[in-house]
Amino acid sequence: MNVVYEKTRGLTDVPLSYCPGCTHGVIHKIVGEVLVELGILEKTIAIAPVGCSVLAYEYFNCDGIQASHGRAPAVATGVKRAMPDKIVFTYQGDGDLAAIGMSEIVHAAHRGENITVIFVNNAIYGMTGGQMAPTTLNNMKTTTTPKGRTTVVGMPLKVSEMLSQIPSVTYIERVSSHDVANVKKAKISIKKAFTYQMEGKGFSMIEILSSCNIGYNLSPVESLGFIKNAMIPYYPLGVYKDVPND
Amino acid sequence: MKVLMKGNEAICQGAINAGCKAFFGYPITPQSEIPEYMAKKMETVSGTFIQAESELAAIHMVYGAAATGIRAMTSSSSPGIALKQEGISYLAGADLPCVVVNVSRAGPGLGGILPSQADYFQATRGGGNGDYYLPVYAPSTANEAYELTVKAFDVADMYRTPVMILADGILGQMMEPVEINENEIESKIIEKNWAANGEMDKRPRNVVSSIDLVASGLEEKNLKRFEIYEKIKQNETMVDNGVKNGDTIAIVAYGTPSRIVLNAIDLLKEQGIKAALIRPITLWPYPYEVFANLPDSIDNILVCELSMGQMIEDVKLGVMGKYPVHFFGRCGGVIFTPEEIVEKVIEIESKKSKS
Repeated sequence: MNVVYEKTRGLTDVPLSYCPGCTHGVIHKIVGEVLVELGILEKTIAIAPVGCSVLAYEYFNCDGIQASHGRAPAVATGVKRAMPDKIVFTYQGDGDLAAIGMSEIVHAAHRGENITVIFVNNAIYGMTGGQMAPTTLNNMKTTTTPKGRTTVVGMPLKVSEMLSQIPSVTYIERVSSHDVANVKKAKISIKKAFTYQMEGKGFSMIEILSSCNIGYNLSPVESLGFIKNAMIPYYPLGVYKDVPND
Repeated sequence: MKVLMKGNEAICQGAINAGCKAFFGYPITPQSEIPEYMAKKMETVSGTFIQAESELAAIHMVYGAAATGIRAMTSSSSPGIALKQEGISYLAGADLPCVVVNVSRAGPGLGGILPSQADYFQATRGGGNGDYYLPVYAPSTANEAYELTVKAFDVADMYRTPVMILADGILGQMMEPVEINENEIESKIIEKNWAANGEMDKRPRNVVSSIDLVASGLEEKNLKRFEIYEKIKQNETMVDNGVKNGDTIAIVAYGTPSRIVLNAIDLLKEQGIKAALIRPITLWPYPYEVFANLPDSIDNILVCELSMGQMIEDVKLGVMGKYPVHFFGRCGGVIFTPEEIVEKVIEIESKKSKS
């Protein structure tokens, strides 16, 4: 019998701790596959955030460092400056990157650190039970916006648009995980980001729209529909900056 | 080779000679000479220097660099060290070696830029969250600052712990001769087979983390760390004890203010009062034992600090009620004079003769 599919060597055999229906699993898979396909798994150091993916270093089959909430880009800076020939990436959610860690991500981008950031935006704090994130959509109900988010707390933050304005940034793209075609596109973008790092081209971030069916109080399928019908219209997919291709 | 340098520069030179390859800092008075010196020197030793966007980012850059196994340092002054406490707790929890320098100034809050010793509690009681300590060295001269910084890197690596140099604004800014023996550095480079440095072609996967969601697992890690703390207490406690038989009062002080106490002791000698200095060099582990073995001639203990009295709590723990413990301190950036200390000692001695 021919093997037509097997789990990527880029991930360990540790069972994922994510909720059923969560898109973190498929995003882990494509990142792991990219590390293997580029032949860089053994020389990669993954920086895990605080949030749902706090244990990401258990799942990526490379060296791992667990960072404090929001500080992953600073930790990645320390790692990359110490080991410039290694591959360094952070894996961060929207609470970690867009709220508590906004300063660290902006300044890592501003320095043009030669790292890759995987930014998983599901518009909610999943780990702590579904609170409002800076990326929570207007009118979206969360445990801290029980009547729905209003403009009293500001409009949802568009991180890719914002970071693409920073002069030292090399590559920013927003992709989605809501169906197979988009997951495949996401993988191509992630591969490009790591390739740029291998070539020493500088800072890259891939924002991946993701879902949290538990936090949304929707079924997994309805949650994927939420990405397609509610998130993408506000967070348009596409390349926001790609200096090597400009 | 003797070189005239500021205490801040002596700390930098100690770090460089100890093989420090990464420095992450942020400007704050009275330590800005440290990032300035490192900005010039790190590239000459193929090291890396970053002026971070914040104290918080700087300490987490140290966390990242230390996780790869290289020697890394950051420095700041009191309010900046308060900001770094999150990272210091993570470094302690992840068993990462590094050196953190606090050239302390007066507080609380933004306080002032003049010298102070009011960060003693923060330094010695674990300034961040959780059960942990850090070895804390308190140099009193620029030369000692140089030597203790070299030592700090060795101790950090040996026990896998962050180590603090607690200096003050006087030491940081004062110029003194420093004996630099670049060829005589006996820095102990230890192989770090735990480092997450992306070398999985040579060894199994390495992970650096302070998280453990299983209570018994986390307890076990803490217990193990406290076994290491016991070894640090046994092997690394340092004190300069000048008390001899015949002395009647022991004055306890650390850092540069201990040198003002030495001047006071000379003045007291002229008046026929035999006083002597006990100078803790490590503030954690604290040299409690020194108070258990004082000669019978000692009647009183005086603690002198540039604070409202913080180390005095450790002195009392060491004394265990055996002697009266008195306090004299100035704060807010005011530095006490030898005469003020003499006056305090005479007051203590006069009460003794009445009783």
